[in-house]
Amino acid sequence: MKQEALPREEWTGTDKASSALARLVDAFRVIARNRLALFGLFIVCTGILTAIFAPYLATHDPYEINIANRLKSPSLNHWLGTDFLGRDTYSRIVFGARTAFEIASGAVFLGAIIGIPLGAVAGFAGRWVDSTIMRFMDAIMAFPGRLLAIALVASAGGGFASLYIALGLSAIPSNARIVRSTVLSQKEREYVEAARISGESDFHILFFQVLPNCLSPLLVRLSLEFAHAILAESSLSFLGLGLPPPTASWGLMLKEVTPFLQLQPMAAFFPGLTITLIILGFNLLGDGLRDIFDPRQYER
Amino acid sequence: MILRYVVRRLLQLIPVLVLVSLAVFLLVRAIPGDPVLVMLGIDPDARSRISEEQYRALQHQIGLDQPIYVQYLNWADKIIHGDFGLSLASRRPIFEIIFERYPATLYLAVTALLVGIVIAVPAGVIAAIRQNTRLDYAAMAFALGGVAMPDFWLALMLIVLFSLKLGWLPAIGYASPLENPLLFLQHAMLPALVMGTELAAPLTRYVRAEMLEQLRQDYVRTAWAKGLPARMVIVKHALRNSLIAAVTVVGLQTARLLGGATIIETVFSWPGVGRLLIDGIYARDYPIVQGAVLLIAMTYVFINLIVDIFYKWLDPRIKLE
Repeated sequence: MKQEALPREEWTGTDKASSALARLVDAFRVIARNRLALFGLFIVCTGILTAIFAPYLATHDPYEINIANRLKSPSLNHWLGTDFLGRDTYSRIVFGARTAFEIASGAVFLGAIIGIPLGAVAGFAGRWVDSTIMRFMDAIMAFPGRLLAIALVASAGGGFASLYIALGLSAIPSNARIVRSTVLSQKEREYVEAARISGESDFHILFFQVLPNCLSPLLVRLSLEFAHAILAESSLSFLGLGLPPPTASWGLMLKEVTPFLQLQPMAAFFPGLTITLIILGFNLLGDGLRDIFDPRQYER
Repeated sequence: MILRYVVRRLLQLIPVLVLVSLAVFLLVRAIPGDPVLVMLGIDPDARSRISEEQYRALQHQIGLDQPIYVQYLNWADKIIHGDFGLSLASRRPIFEIIFERYPATLYLAVTALLVGIVIAVPAGVIAAIRQNTRLDYAAMAFALGGVAMPDFWLALMLIVLFSLKLGWLPAIGYASPLENPLLFLQHAMLPALVMGTELAAPLTRYVRAEMLEQLRQDYVRTAWAKGLPARMVIVKHALRNSLIAAVTVVGLQTARLLGGATIIETVFSWPGVGRLLIDGIYARDYPIVQGAVLLIAMTYVFINLIVDIFYKWLDPRIKLE
């Protein structure tokens, strides 16, 4: 797992957004040398491509019920077997990728679009603005793990929209915290002082000069955030609180075949394995990115 | 010094607790439909059969005719005095119901914690002293896989293997450890193994990283140079210092187990607070949902606080922030 880290000055560089792109290119170069991270990137890309091209990859209609064919073992016709209604497990997993990525991207986007500005303003403004915002973040973080999402869908009901909100809201504090701490470390730098002297507005300094420097830790965070959102969606759907049947959702697939574990354990094996692989992919990618952006931590 | 830290942390906690309780209070208000009917568990179709007078009486009875901030203050006042209201389904006090269920959740969490530590500490230590060998890779594969695996899927797979195929352990059921410890262990084994894995996976990685760091320190080199036996150097010196840092991870992960317990308790029909919450949601018994969410969140906040203070006490060099 030995690998090179980018020279420090390259990623803490105080340049403008243009250098962010250069750093991204460098990041991909380093990822290519880290085999585990590359494997993670491969899984994630496979997942995304599966979601996009689901109709071309599926061998059956994922919603087609065939009771005579229920709970079959894997075969040439049904590669991963069938579920309790005789639906093709493989095709449902393929379409499930669509559901998972749709929910996860919505939730991650929502968490970022609210969490990043909040953290940035908290870190930049300081004093009571900072402590007010951060107490709100603490309150959100007071709900352990999936409890907040469970509580939110319990009151708003299941379905796509409420999952976006429930999972997005849970992601706000971690984004805000990361951005806040980076902004805190950056705002005393000389380039900020220089921008002030040259008459730039606080808004411009914060969002166009300071914020691009938060990109690296944020990328790591967002990668892990995706994994969280996918896991949370499948957990909620598994509990019957997420997406309604007959949606092709990995968690819901697991819920639906649970009463038939004795008859056909394979029907529960493959959807769970898929979730594990996707989350592993995002985690490995996130770890790889962290190694690049924070070589000190990597050395441990 | 430490006292000042404790006081400051407690003061910081007040706004958080107020916000948490406000969120839990508003949660039920956000449920679509007439709040009076929701809070009393009355079928919306039955609304037409209730006269306007009766409706107003009901509204007044549960205080919903008052401004929302008055409602909140009344509610919070009751909560502080341990009055969580009545369950819609059983008409029993929620405080009573929750604290009947609380021990089961705690027993499971403690068992899971022990399982997690028993797996993670040896795995992390062995991985560190045999760095870059197959043992190390196996431990790291476990750590990565354990984090990625959804707990409810692991639960189902363990049920398939140990309950359905081998018939060694029961898939559902519960016995109090105070009454029948052996039966308790039988029932707790699978859920504790699942939750223990959730805990052990990140902990293994952490213990390994800490051990690697400690083994590189000068004092360990000195211990080797003095000719101390390997076990002494590793266990008495390096491991001891590694574990100080691991305490936080254990504490935070244990607190997280409480959130995870909802799903695992449901899968294994474990009669804890987590399953009470989920059953409450299914039954639309919102006062139960409110009580359970509030209690789990409070427990989590206080465990976090205790972990922080304990950590600070263990290692005074840690900055107060």
